[in-house]
Amino acid sequence: MSDPTQTSRRAFLRGSAAALAGGAATAASAGTPDPLITEVQSWASGLGEGVDETPYGLPIEFESDVVRRNVPWLTADPISSINFTPIHALDGTITPQGCAFERHHSGAIELRKEDYRLMINGLVDTPLVFTYADLERFPRENHVYFCECAANTGMEWAGAQLNGVQFTHGMIHNMEYSGVSLRTLLEEAGLDAAGDLADKWVYVEGADASSNGRSIPMEKALDDVLVAFKANGEALRKEHGYPVRLVVPGWEGNMWVKWLRRIEVMDGPVESREETSKYTDVLADGTARKWTWVMDAKSVITSPSPQAPITHGAGPLVITGLAWSGHGKITRVDVSKDGGITWETARLGKAEEDSKALTRFYLDTEWNGEDWLLQARAMDETGYIQPTKDQLREVRGENSIYHNNCIQTWHITPDGEAENVEVS
Amino acid sequence: MSKFLKATVATCVLATPVFAEGYGLGREALPEEIQAWDVDIRPGGAGLPEGSGDVWTGEEVFADYCAVCHGDFAEGVDNWPVLAGGFDTLADKDPVKTVGSYWPHLSTVWDYVNRSMPFGGAQTLEPDEVYAIVAYILYSNDMVDDDFVLSDENFAEFEMYNEGGFIVDDRAETEYTIWRKEPCMENCKDSVEITMRASVVDVTPEETAEEEAAAQVEDSTQVAAVAEDAPAQEAPVVAALDPELVAAGEKAFKKCSACHQVGDGAKNRTGPALNGIMGAAAGQAEGFKYSKALQAMAEEGLVWDEANMTAFLTKPREFMKGTKMSFAGFRKESDLEAVIEYLKSHAE
Ligand code: HEC
Ligand code: HEC
Repeated sequence: MSDPTQTSRRAFLRGSAAALAGGAATAASAGTPDPLITEVQSWASGLGEGVDETPYGLPIEFESDVVRRNVPWLTADPISSINFTPIHALDGTITPQGCAFERHHSGAIELRKEDYRLMINGLVDTPLVFTYADLERFPRENHVYFCECAANTGMEWAGAQLNGVQFTHGMIHNMEYSGVSLRTLLEEAGLDAAGDLADKWVYVEGADASSNGRSIPMEKALDDVLVAFKANGEALRKEHGYPVRLVVPGWEGNMWVKWLRRIEVMDGPVESREETSKYTDVLADGTARKWTWVMDAKSVITSPSPQAPITHGAGPLVITGLAWSGHGKITRVDVSKDGGITWETARLGKAEEDSKALTRFYLDTEWNGEDWLLQARAMDETGYIQPTKDQLREVRGENSIYHNNCIQTWHITPDGEAENVEVS
Repeated sequence: MSKFLKATVATCVLATPVFAEGYGLGREALPEEIQAWDVDIRPGGAGLPEGSGDVWTGEEVFADYCAVCHGDFAEGVDNWPVLAGGFDTLADKDPVKTVGSYWPHLSTVWDYVNRSMPFGGAQTLEPDEVYAIVAYILYSNDMVDDDFVLSDENFAEFEMYNEGGFIVDDRAETEYTIWRKEPCMENCKDSVEITMRASVVDVTPEETAEEEAAAQVEDSTQVAAVAEDAPAQEAPVVAALDPELVAAGEKAFKKCSACHQVGDGAKNRTGPALNGIMGAAAGQAEGFKYSKALQAMAEEGLVWDEANMTAFLTKPREFMKGTKMSFAGFRKESDLEAVIEYLKSHAE
């Protein structure tokens, strides 16, 4: 146990090698009856757990490695920090709340519904205060949206760094939200006082100690922003802003203010710390872009990937991944096995894809132990094609931190392992 | 505001009437309530309360409330944010973005410090203290002299170094025009070479759930080993430990580990190393610079036991007025109990 990195690397390889051997065993056992079938197993004879054993169920113990993980060296402490969704182990598009990434600026607070207040003030006809119960009496809507931190893939600007799609692309989740449109609440307070809405803004702010606040142009506020209190059918988790958070479809996660407590109609942006010091993108010449709210089209292969190597040997292989765009729907995803020389079009997971939500794609193919340089490339309904990292760096340099939506490459080796690499 | 915005707002707003009838829900916000919550400060200083503060006062307040994390000169301790310096580095390979080198508006500094700092004790500063701290941050950035006084009256005059350093999102022109085109499907490049590998950098956290479990088992065997080696008079403490509570305490200690270390090779960091702290006299960590407040209580003979540790960790600043430990205090009694048990498990 002298060198922990060594051990875990070995454990990693051990996992896949064992599975490979297992695959071989099954194949070779055509002549030998499988005891799992021929012998009566304990679970086929005795009894399982009764109902109510776990009033709120958790995943079965065998799935205990499908959890959020963080990268300790990224931040000074875990209270103002981030962790990552285990997207390598998920399928479909909905992210279960319990493993959806967290980002707090002063920790996840516990705020009871009874203690919840939402204020709307500023350039409105009547400044209002709502309780949680009030919010539930407005007409509700349901929408599925992705929430991506602008810093997702931010550690990869200067080169391939983190060996796992959870770490390179896991600052994202996708949930079905239930809530009231922000437009409805603004109308309730009345916008006559704001006059011409074209140059107005709303400032939104959270109830936690960081009081994270962001300025949103009125056009977006009246378009599709949601004041949400349920996700995937149940109450928000405390780490995602229980009891009420803002949902700002297609725009960077930092604007999705959690524990939403105040909405102020203003005639200009506040230029808060989160929209000046942070969430601005430094270009090569040192000037910085601000108000880069939209998350551009992006995709990544989630399996195979470094945390999800190929363990079944040669033959049929399902390549799968996720694609999304803050501009609308994903219309197409292409996959390359040779690092971008040739591409084939993948199959999208649903007949009708949601807008500003995760899209699942599949390429049902065959792998016979080749060396592959696997890539995915998304295209959205505006015709935007996901760029390569070099294309991005050409325009922006290496210091933007945020909004890295480059094409990702996994090197698949003949033993089925995958590694995060960068290619020419 | 971008051109895109202006054009589309007009159409969107005109197309659908904004003024529906309303549901009559909620109640009118009272002026006192708005005043309590609406504290944002705008560029130029709109929203500032009356008041002022000078650099020297700022230095004192900063030393008391901020320096544990941000350093005496706002240079940043360990991984905590750096607030000063870094001028003219924004085009470098590793830009140093600080209040001085990067922030475009002074209002943002006042607004953020007032609302969000100190970390763990937000919204406890008086307006004059915030003016003084902001003056001191400017001073530590060499942006003002030591006799500078910042007030609501001279606030608007102040120009930040990087005020002109920002442009509004121009991706529509500089990127979308290039990347909205027919994608290439074949012979898209001549050759492909691997130019960089993540395994070379090797910074990926690789712990699996299994190993974490194994590590925990190891930890508890360590506790057992300590029990065997421990001198006679310490044995009862260790023997009485509840392993489950210790394990829970290890988790709860995450709230402390930003600043404190325990166990083998524990060093002083933002806070003193805490090995053997239970049952020990306060303020004895070698080489650690305690606050006057803690030193005074140590001189009065403070010895850490369950009762006073509980009081301290529930409300550090109430138990020890003037302590520089900026931890808000435990809310959950169960966490507190567990952490104390965990501290006991590190008897030395
Ligand atoms: C316990 C450690 C701690 C203490 C004490 C503390 N801070 Fe902070 N400070 C932080 C952390 C952590 C952040 C980043 C928070 C985040 O990620 O949102 C921060 C951020 C800041 C920033 C913004 C930095 C940037 O580049 O965006 C400023 C300014 C600041 N603190 C000022 C202060 C002042 C003034 C005080 C004292 C009144 C103080 N801090 C006390 C930990 C601390
Ligand atoms: C933000 C940094 C920070 C955090 C978080 C923090 N501490 Fe501290 N702690 C300090 C500092 C700084 C001191 C020195 C206080 C002084 O000199 O006034 C201290 C002092 C102490 C002392 C007194 C040590 C002695 O030698 O007398 C104890 C005990 C202690 N902390 C326990 C804890 C525990 C337990 C937690 C977690 C629940 C915690 N602290 C969280 C910074 C921190």
